[in-house]
Formats: sequence, structure tokens, C-alpha cells
Amino acid sequence: MKRIIAIIRPDRLENMKQALEEVGIHGMTISEVKGRGRQLGITESYRGQDYKVDLLPKTRIEIVTPQDQVETVINTIVQSAQTGCIGDGKIFVSPVEEVIRIRTGERGEKAI
Amino acid sequence: MDPIFSSGDTAWMLISTALVILMTIPGVALFYGGLIRRENVLNTMFLSFVTFAIVSVLWFVYGYDLAFGNSIGGIIGQLTNPFFAGVVESNSLSTLAPTIPTGLFAIFQMTFAAITVALISGAIVERAKFAAWLAFIPLWLTLVYLPVAHWMWGGGWLYQLGALDFAGGIVVHLTSGIAALVLVILIGVRKNSKLLPHHLGYSVIGTGLLWFGWFGFNAGSALGASNLAVSAMIVTNTSAAMGMLGWILMDKLKTGKPTLLGALSGAIAGLAAITPAAGYVNVTAAMIIGFVASIISYYAVSHLKPLLGYDDALDVFGIHGVCGIVGSLAVGIFATPLINSLITGGLVAGNPAQIGIQALAIGVVALYTVVVTFLIGKLIDRFIGLRVEDSHEVQGLDLNLHEESGYRLS
Repeated sequence: MKRIIAIIRPDRLENMKQALEEVGIHGMTISEVKGRGRQLGITESYRGQDYKVDLLPKTRIEIVTPQDQVETVINTIVQSAQTGCIGDGKIFVSPVEEVIRIRTGERGEKAI
Repeated sequence: MDPIFSSGDTAWMLISTALVILMTIPGVALFYGGLIRRENVLNTMFLSFVTFAIVSVLWFVYGYDLAFGNSIGGIIGQLTNPFFAGVVESNSLSTLAPTIPTGLFAIFQMTFAAITVALISGAIVERAKFAAWLAFIPLWLTLVYLPVAHWMWGGGWLYQLGALDFAGGIVVHLTSGIAALVLVILIGVRKNSKLLPHHLGYSVIGTGLLWFGWFGFNAGSALGASNLAVSAMIVTNTSAAMGMLGWILMDKLKTGKPTLLGALSGAIAGLAAITPAAGYVNVTAAMIIGFVASIISYYAVSHLKPLLGYDDALDVFGIHGVCGIVGSLAVGIFATPLINSLITGGLVAGNPAQIGIQALAIGVVALYTVVVTFLIGKLIDRFIGLRVEDSHEVQGLDLNLHEESGYRLS
């Protein structure tokens, strides 16, 4: 099992959710986060004075999936979240040792 | 004007009064509330609300009489009816607005006092002690607002000298702007003094309510449903519009991009600047006043403030103080008896001396406000302390002073 964490543009979320649903992926956890990458930051101007804002709002999606679906999930996220402009985000994949469904106590892939 | 009750005038002044109330709560509260850090949104709004409440009470305990009572040597009004005792019961018509009840004139003027004090709070938000502000409200109202209102509007010495201030360029905007400057110098710079608004949407709504309410403020200052009120309404709207366009132009020239906060700021600048002139000038003058005031205000906020290093959080001096001065001087230039037959007019009407009278009024009121506000600030600092603890400032005032949060996840 793998955990896929994707940091994407907030406005691509609906598109990405729809694309994931079409390939049968429903479970996910979403959070609003701030961060920076190569895009570094943007300048905002208030009453004639400029402020460098270097942490930009992003959306973080967490999906735990069986090994055989990892590539599907990654490809779907890339295709649906991509705009081609700097700031599209990143995907991180890491192993998951165990998953437990709290309601039933089920473990492993059955609990995903 | 004959002292005959007019239901038309009374209806308009009741509406105007309600409009000006809307300017403070929630207008100023929302305008200011959107511009600060999210950790201080409740405290910032609270400052406006509590100001309105305290002034509302004190005004009828003694405020109205001191501002508009029979003049004692042109300095202050006589306290003849404390607690407004017997005034409403007498059903009398106001001596200063002889077609409406005295009580209506009094509550209309109360709204001016409330918003003037509330405006000052914008300068010291995010680091002022709530208790200090509670002490500041009655002291400043009593020692600065009431005398100045008496001098300009209540038959005091500046009034007798012929100084003109239709709806409060000197009484409201100059005094609040100067007091704000004095207080921020006393209270010091915030630990995080960046102006990064946490919710500009609030400020849009607040500015809209201010613009809307300003028709009560300025057109209401005609004290009746008259041609003068219509004229004041038109020039108020025109100046606000030109102020907004002026600031947008400055943003475009200086940074290449127009900003919404700039547009809001310009509109407020245009409104503040036309306030003293609203009942004395024509549309052309209003266009010039709004445009010029906005540009001067832009420079005060974006250049003068960083240059001098004071931390006027929401630019009360840069916008209200500066525009109060610009507008009050403009009265000396553009005032015309064709708009208001009660006056001789200013420079363009062949009366250059009016500029000198306006400048004198501005200078004296500014100096008086500086001295008295400084003393009040020092007094409060000594006995209560003006500023919150460092940890409270860093964590935000909502939690530490009020044990409330403006926003929560669940």
C-alpha cells in the first residue's frame, strides 16, 4: 500500500476529484495548506506599498491506495491538475505499513 | 428659516441619522475589520461598537449641551439640560435647525461624535489595550470633540469668525486624523506592521456602507429636505467617485496595477475631503477636490508614512486627517453663495480672505488636538498603559483580550 500526497492548485481540486472518480478512486483527505516551491512567491501591493508573499495557498490531497493502483492515481492527478504553468505542485509517494478501519477493525487493503 | 415644524425635513433627518449610524456600525467596523490580521478582527470591530455605545450615552448626559448649548465665551456650551432632561418632553424645535425637533438635531449630531471617535481606533488597532480605549473615549470626546464642535458648529469663536465646515472636515476628519497621529506616536510601532488585509471583502462592504451612509452625513447636514441637501448629495457622490478614480490612476502609474483597496481608500479620501465643502461647492469643484485629495492622500500613505516611520495601522491620519485639511482649505477656494446663500464664498467667488480663516481654523484645531490628545494619551499610559503585553500582541487580541475567535475550524 502507498500513500500519495499531492500538492496542487486549489482551483484544480474539483477537476482532479472528478477525474479520480472516473477511474474509481473515491477516498481522499483534503486540506488547505500554504507552501512554496520554485514559484517562490508573488508580490502584493496595499496602499502603494509592496509586500512579498512567499507562501502561497495550495490544496493537499492524501490518498492511500493498493500498490497496483498507484500509477493510475499518479497519472490521473498529473493530467487533471496540470496547467503547464509554474506552481502546479508536486506528488509524493511513500509506503504505508498498515491501514485500520476504525468502525469495523478491518486491516490492510480491505480497510482502504 | 422660520421655526415651523416640517414633517418632510424631520423625515429626512430621521433617515440621515440612521444612515450615519450605519457608517459606524457596521461601516467603519467592517472597513477596519477587513484590513487587519485575522487574530484581531473581533477586537478591531469591537472598538467601533463600544465607541458608539459610550458616545451614545455621554452625548445625552452632557455632550450635546457642551457642544451646542448657549456659548460660554465662544469656548464651550453651557450645561443647561444634563441627561437631556426636559428637552424631548418640551417638543421644542431646534434653534440650529428650526424645522425639526431639538431631540432629532441632537441625535443626528451624536452620530457625528460617535464616528469621529471610532475613526481614531483604526490607527492603534492590533496593539492597544481595550481598557485604554475605554478610557480614551470619554476623555477625548469631552476634551477635544465637544469644544471643537462648539467652536465650529455650536456658535463658538471659529463659527463667529466665519470658518466654514459643512459636515465635519475640521470637526470630524481633522481632529480624528490628528488624534490618530498623536496616539500612534505614543503607542509605538507594531511588531508586525505590514498592512496585509485578512479579508478585503469586509472592507468592500464597509466602504459601501460608508459611501451610502455619507449621504446622511453630508446631505443630512443641510438639516432639511432641501435643494441644499440635493446639492450636497451630488457633490458627495462626485467627489467619492473622483477620489476612487484618482487613487486607481496613482496605483496604475506607480505599480502598473490598480488595486481594490486603493480604490476603496480613494473613495474614502474623496468622501472625507468633500465633507467640509459639501454644502458650499458645485460639481466641478467636487471633482477637483476628490481627485486632488485622493492623490495627496496616496502620497501621505505610501510615501510620508514610511519616510517618517510612524505606524498608523489603517491610515487614519493619511486619509482622514490629510483629506480633512485638503477639503477644509478647498472650502476657502471653491465655496460659492450660488450654492449656499448664507455665505460670502471663497476665492473663486471673490473672497480670498476665506482661505485665511479656513487655514486659521485648521491650524488652531490641529494644534489644540495635538496638545490635548497627547496629554490624554500620556495620562492613560501612566495609569492604565496604552499597549498590550508583547505576548498578547503576537498571539492576537481577540483571544487574549476577549477570549473569542473570529474564525475557527470546528
